Amino acid sequence: MIEKLCIEANQQLPKDVRQALRCCRRQEDWEIAQGVLDQIIENSEIARQEQVPICQDTGMACVFLEIGQDVHITGGALSEAVDEGVRRGYERGYLRKSVVKDPLRRENTGDNTPAMLYTEIVPGTHITVSVVPKGFGSENMSAIRMFKPSHGLSGIKDFILETVEAAGPNPCPPMVVGVGIGGTFDKAALLAKKALIRPIDSSHPDPFYRDLETEMLEKINELGIGPQGFGGRTTAIGLNIETMPTHIAGMPCAVNISCHVTRHQTEVI
Amino acid sequence: MEKHIRLPLTEETARSLHAGDTVYLTGTIYTSRDAGHKRMCEALEKGQPLPFDPADSVIYYVGPTPAKPGQVIGSAGPTTSGRMDAYAPAMLSVGARGMIGKGARLPQVIEAMKKYSGVYFGATGGAGALLARCIKKSELIAYEDLGAEALRKLYVEDMPLVVIIDSEGRNLYEEGRAAYLKHHKK
Repeated sequence: MIEKLCIEANQQLPKDVRQALRCCRRQEDWEIAQGVLDQIIENSEIARQEQVPICQDTGMACVFLEIGQDVHITGGALSEAVDEGVRRGYERGYLRKSVVKDPLRRENTGDNTPAMLYTEIVPGTHITVSVVPKGFGSENMSAIRMFKPSHGLSGIKDFILETVEAAGPNPCPPMVVGVGIGGTFDKAALLAKKALIRPIDSSHPDPFYRDLETEMLEKINELGIGPQGFGGRTTAIGLNIETMPTHIAGMPCAVNISCHVTRHQTEVI
Repeated sequence: MEKHIRLPLTEETARSLHAGDTVYLTGTIYTSRDAGHKRMCEALEKGQPLPFDPADSVIYYVGPTPAKPGQVIGSAGPTTSGRMDAYAPAMLSVGARGMIGKGARLPQVIEAMKKYSGVYFGATGGAGALLARCIKKSELIAYEDLGAEALRKLYVEDMPLVVIIDSEGRNLYEEGRAAYLKHHKK
């Protein structure tokens, strides 16, 4: 299943992203930006029809497993099974192998493993498998900061805009922006990643954060960076916020940047 | 302006291109990204020749996906150029004239472009399937052990590009955004 999801995710843009791109194209009134958005939409159609990768950066394979607590997994190690799926998917799907064994010595592993694996125990008898190939042009432009509570909402808003501004043309705008607020240093980063997986046509259930999502997306699209950074309205096609409780002394915030090729495929076993 | 350019990229042609021009490129280009540039610059430091003649050449910052049977090349969109900033001035100094990528460049690269009449083209980042259609031939010429980062010689036809930074140092990232913001504040 992981093999299949790796290939599908890299060839087919999810429906929410496709719709958001079309919607932004309709709203875009700047000529050079319209041309870029047309190319981006045409590219995703070519990839789907010809079953080729949308983007040559077929990413690191981030795999999220929500494992029902009544499920018993037999027949070997779970992480090895996930890596084997990634190995087969990237080989059989003609996907690029973009993983190095060591961050400093940089020898390619040759099969795009290991996967970035996250497991979560949830109630139930099923396993929900999500494969999220994450490209690094945008990953490199992400940021995390440990705010003081006194920085408040305005501190968070400024940080989101600063991070998008600093990313500029590098992460292949139009971007998708994932924001994680709360938890610990590590949890904030994971929340930001999870925010990128949530469909971009969905909203945070809390009206306070739902309104903040809308406000920040509007502010980002007033920056003028535009598709590919050539100028225009469409700097981001979506922004999601995920939150969790945190410590009385802190307010961690992570901003995970993704591109217009924000990929995810999910299936339930 | 819309321009159709045949390679090699001579100094005269390079100087006729301006930030914001749409360019359709036809001819031979070479691929290289992080690891390939590191090796080429190490070769230059040792006084060794490069795997191709850099004079009037265009280098495409790309690491394509593997070709499926029957394909010339896999998906092949640009990678972030800033990672090649450490190497670009050295490449320009030996005659390489054009760079194709995406994203911002450091001032020292722009200075070298002004000095050697270089041009920085943008291809649409993330449009790997669309850009692969313009690539008619692909030949591996060096550093095969680098996999996706190996050096390839490509023949492209009407590759759709935009001049981001021209040989005078004008920059579409600055000018395009400023023009949009000015227009929308009226």
